[in-house]
Amino acid sequence: MSSITASQEHAAASPAKVIQPAWVRTVHWINAVAMILMIMSGWQIYNASPLFNFKFASSITLGGWLGGALLWHFAAMWLLMVNGLVYLVLGFATGRFRKKLLPITPQGVIADTRAALTGKLSHADLTTYNYVQKLLYAGIIVVGVLIVLSGLSIWKPVQLQYLTALFGGYDVARYVHFVCMALIVAFMVVHVALALLVPKSLRAMIIGR
Amino acid sequence: MGRIRKLLIPGVDKNLLIKDAAKLMPDLSRRRFIASGASLGALTLLTGCDVSDSFSADNMLKQISKFNDGVQALMFNPNALAPTFPESAITRPFPFNGYYDQDDAPDIKGADWKLEVRGLVENKKSWTLEELYKLPQVKQVTRHICVEGWSAIGSWTGVPLRDFLKLIGADTRAKYCWFQCADTDGYNSPLDMASALHPQTQMSFKFADEILPRIYGYPMKIRVPTKLGFKNPKYVISMEVTNDYKGGYWEDQGYNSFSGS
Repeated sequence: MSSITASQEHAAASPAKVIQPAWVRTVHWINAVAMILMIMSGWQIYNASPLFNFKFASSITLGGWLGGALLWHFAAMWLLMVNGLVYLVLGFATGRFRKKLLPITPQGVIADTRAALTGKLSHADLTTYNYVQKLLYAGIIVVGVLIVLSGLSIWKPVQLQYLTALFGGYDVARYVHFVCMALIVAFMVVHVALALLVPKSLRAMIIGR
Repeated sequence: MGRIRKLLIPGVDKNLLIKDAAKLMPDLSRRRFIASGASLGALTLLTGCDVSDSFSADNMLKQISKFNDGVQALMFNPNALAPTFPESAITRPFPFNGYYDQDDAPDIKGADWKLEVRGLVENKKSWTLEELYKLPQVKQVTRHICVEGWSAIGSWTGVPLRDFLKLIGADTRAKYCWFQCADTDGYNSPLDMASALHPQTQMSFKFADEILPRIYGYPMKIRVPTKLGFKNPKYVISMEVTNDYKGGYWEDQGYNSFSGS
């Protein structure tokens, strides 16, 4: 925690240079850990009763067996939910969501997608997200909310039956939960690949600048 | 450590001492105690030195699972009914499910069977199937949800457990109804009293209007639509009303004990 405090002080000294404030970096990395734990244990749980004609290799799952995976899943869910709530509250309260992610215009997204595919997208100013980033970052927040809500409806289809019904019932909620997982994994693959391609963005998420 | 010294009385057989000490422990830790090889060193368990002081992921997960038991008990609304379905929604064939093959399912002779009642109840008489069949029964079509994730809709008919608990004068302030089953492996499972008193919790004698088939738990299954499937014991032979947590077949292996849905 001392490094976070240190960078916070530094941030206060030179606010212009900070790309990712300390609270964003903290919730980002806690979320990364929570997501990985949830996804790997989730794959093991999926294997107990697969929705599709495949299973996840046990080498990439967590928990060893269904019971172990459930223990991990229902432990890491607290980390994911509490951290996610902190992120949402601070995101709205500090105005970060509004400043960083809005507006998202179709024209902007199309132009930036074209620029990205032709290698013409600029990464000079990391404090401003391009339209593709805005869309993906806003979209993944929605997916994050959906995966938690669908997860809650699978966990508590009686106590939270109205939520479960909103997802179209227990069985449909399982598919929603799975699709959200798939979207998050796809996001992570692109996200990590791009962070490695533009290392200063990774540095900003670690030390803030 | 003073207590250990006090426990080591000259002339007392150490093995008998361990046996007696183990008996004093709650069932769950007793099993683990015995399983892990009882030793005098393990007697530190009795001194209050918490073994879980040493950090391990296993311990942490068990503690969080206990915490989740509490959270789920708080979330449990005794008046919230599990959704019911029309008969047309019943899954056919309803899946057989067990940790054994269908052919190895307990095969009970109804005429010889009796439900044993123990613990904090006024009337401890055993009940024959004939006697139980005479009690007022209700039918419900609800979703059975397995811990594995799959679900199936079934129709169960039987005596609301809360009516039976009242009939036998059970102390409903007790914490659990603990069920034991006829499986050779000794399947058992604790049911928290709030869930036991839920209006839909039932001693089921019929599936889809027919006498409970062997594969679904003949002669009696405890149907708890507010719990995952493994908390719905089949082939039940005894019920104990108790304040002690006596563990369960799957619960002891790591499935969350409350496992409410």
